[in-house]
Amino acid sequence: MEDNIFQIHNLSFDVSDMSRKPIIGAAPKLQILKDITINIKRGDVVGIVGGSGSGKSTLGRIMLRLLEPSSGEILFNNIDITHLTEAQLRPLRRRFQMIFQDPMSSLNPRHRVNGIIGGPLKLQGFQNINDLIRQALDLVGLPSDFKSRYPHELSGGQRQRVGIARAIALRPDFILADEIVSGLDVSSQAQILSLLQNLVTELGLTLVFISHDLSVVRRLCNKIIVLQEGEVIEQAKADKLFDEPKHAYTRELLSAIPLPDLTQIWE
Amino acid sequence: MNSFLQIRNLSVSLSNGQRVLRSINMELKKGEVRGLVGESGAGKSMIGKAILGILPRALKIDAGEIIFQGKNLLNLKSNEFRKIIGANAALIPQDPLTALNPSHRIGPQITNRLVDILGWKKSDAIIKTYDLLDEVQIADPERVVNSFPHELSGGMRQRILIASAFAATPKLIIADEPTTALDVTVQKQILKLIKEMQIRHGTTLLFVTHDLGVVSKICQSLSVLYSGKVIEDTSVSSFFNMPQHEYSKALLVATPKYTDPKSDLIPVSEEVLTSVNGEIARADKEWVNGR
Amino acid sequence: MVDNNRYIKRKFGARIWLSGGWLFFLILVTLFAPLISPHDPLAQDLFASRLPPFWMDGAESGYYLGSDSLGRDVLTRILYGARIALIVALIASTATCLIGTILGIISGYFGGWIDLIVSRLVDIWMAFPPVLFAILLIAVLGTGLTSIIIAIVVIDWTRFCRVIRAETMSQGAMDYVSSAKAAGRPKFGIMIVEILPNVLPTIVVLLTLEMGIAVIVEAILSFVNLSISTDFPTWGGMISEGRTSVHQAWWVIVFPLITLFFTVLSFSQLGEGLKDRFDPVLR
Repeated sequence: MEDNIFQIHNLSFDVSDMSRKPIIGAAPKLQILKDITINIKRGDVVGIVGGSGSGKSTLGRIMLRLLEPSSGEILFNNIDITHLTEAQLRPLRRRFQMIFQDPMSSLNPRHRVNGIIGGPLKLQGFQNINDLIRQALDLVGLPSDFKSRYPHELSGGQRQRVGIARAIALRPDFILADEIVSGLDVSSQAQILSLLQNLVTELGLTLVFISHDLSVVRRLCNKIIVLQEGEVIEQAKADKLFDEPKHAYTRELLSAIPLPDLTQIWE
Repeated sequence: MNSFLQIRNLSVSLSNGQRVLRSINMELKKGEVRGLVGESGAGKSMIGKAILGILPRALKIDAGEIIFQGKNLLNLKSNEFRKIIGANAALIPQDPLTALNPSHRIGPQITNRLVDILGWKKSDAIIKTYDLLDEVQIADPERVVNSFPHELSGGMRQRILIASAFAATPKLIIADEPTTALDVTVQKQILKLIKEMQIRHGTTLLFVTHDLGVVSKICQSLSVLYSGKVIEDTSVSSFFNMPQHEYSKALLVATPKYTDPKSDLIPVSEEVLTSVNGEIARADKEWVNGR
Repeated sequence: MVDNNRYIKRKFGARIWLSGGWLFFLILVTLFAPLISPHDPLAQDLFASRLPPFWMDGAESGYYLGSDSLGRDVLTRILYGARIALIVALIASTATCLIGTILGIISGYFGGWIDLIVSRLVDIWMAFPPVLFAILLIAVLGTGLTSIIIAIVVIDWTRFCRVIRAETMSQGAMDYVSSAKAAGRPKFGIMIVEILPNVLPTIVVLLTLEMGIAVIVEAILSFVNLSISTDFPTWGGMISEGRTSVHQAWWVIVFPLITLFFTVLSFSQLGEGLKDRFDPVLR
């Protein structure tokens, strides 16, 4: 019996396509996610890849109940969390956290760093919050006097680290990282990725890493799920996927990556 | 005087004295495709903007020349400058969403450029627009011409901007991170398109990007920038086979190659950064002494 | 771009000082009006009618800005009129702000049917021509300070609601709100702790703008005698009365008008200046 930390059964998500709404009547539905079934095993580092419009970000947010699915089930640690109320969900929330893509919009510009990290800690009823904040900043390699800074006083890479600190401060079992290095330059990207790798080992986390960049995903993940237009196209162990991609779309994704390598020929 | 465009000792700074471009020297040959690489804030966009005359207001040019068609662009009066640059240079910007006017349909946005700026006849401009949309491989030109920007995908919008840039067959095009906002599969199509059009029209292309992988696919030569200074300036083959400067080497190592999963991604080390910053500091000292 | 920011800060320094200074001065003299006014605002003295201000020929000492056709001192009446203006400004704008902001944040954050109801309400409400609406309300409620304040609140809350709703919606789409949700922050907590601080600069500007508007509305209403009783001085009332003698005694209109102008201007400039002080980001 596999120890699955998250199970997604037949998950679908539709939105109304307002741009094609007739004058009388309802707008047609756009299917963002189509009947997705996925299991995330505890301790895995899973990469979810796909182009824009594949629904990968939406899937992530639905898993964490930041969006409501149209149908299907989400199970966390074998508990059905699909229809729990916010009050019922609250104590569970500290076990699954998220790191967001845009460090500019994911940190409240009016809060200082210690409020940004301390807020969730207070909400979840932790004691000795100051110590926990210091530990979290330490784990991500930021000096503790950053506590009193505002987001605009930090660089992009530093803001992203604060986002990571906020997520791990709650000592979750599971973290979802949504395109967290997409806006960063190569050096910052490398720093954040190796930080993440260390944290996964040190804190025993299960990680789902959403990205459109397969090179980055390979570095980090042991399993990969490929999405296209709301459907799971292929899922396999990372090595297997890269060495023997089964689906045409996967092959297309792999061949589209521009390697810094003159021997790669693009036709 | 074989060079197509020559930048000599270009220095740009903020009003508080902080230098943004540090004595940039660069020479482009006709038809060359040059990559400008560097991290964010390295100043690579600024060089392109200086050539096109669209530097942000807060920046001022301290010294240097940009020689094009025998004239120093920085010395020209604004209407003469506009005439030369308007007829000969164009920009492919980074963000297709903000570069297109959301309230106008696509067709007029291209034709108006030809009619208003270059004085074409409306009927000629319309024919040219369809030709261009065909050249950038848009399958459904009728629909696209009558659409608004938000009704089209990111890749489609970028094709339109490319079409727009090539509209007046400029001699020089500056592409400012044109694929950063795009998906990896769309990026491949767009890069191939840009390369094809560049070859077909013989345009000189200055390609600004932070992605070394992209440079290896499309450029013949590259200049590596750090903190507004050109660190290395060489051909693409020399660079990828044997980078000279330690900063260039560090950049290559930090760039992920999925074919080599066992090697770690090593960020640019403290030593390299200290050394490079030392070079910058020395250059700044000379600069201050020379003024 | 550090230097640009410093430049901006300096400019606003002057703005806040000048506007805040004027308003502070006004509040002071208004509070101490009974002590410092040279005369009783209601006292008529037909022997001292239409006296010019102190620097002109024919002026009498004690009537610094002159007197009106009934011999009442212009300066004193301006000072007492300021009381009315400021009371209306402060109370009406605060009430308008509270109602509009609360409804704006709630409808902006929740969306759905709550937003639908509030938005329709705002649309219908704003369809009424405001001045007519005000006059209608006064006709129903009767004249007096309370009626004016109620009229302003009833008419203008929609201004706050619309703008704050839009700001709330754009802030609500930000990832820091999603992050708060992921941490388990309840809805009202998100509105107050996360969104409100980001909407605050806008509220400040609107509030000071509203103060200026309230002053003008009161002046208009007192101009047409729909304000308080005609005995107690109001700036609008003074302007209205001064019309008849504008050729012989221009000072009866001009001084209240200038005071009115500077007061309203100061409110809006204060708002502009404060908005940027409140915003730690200043991009």
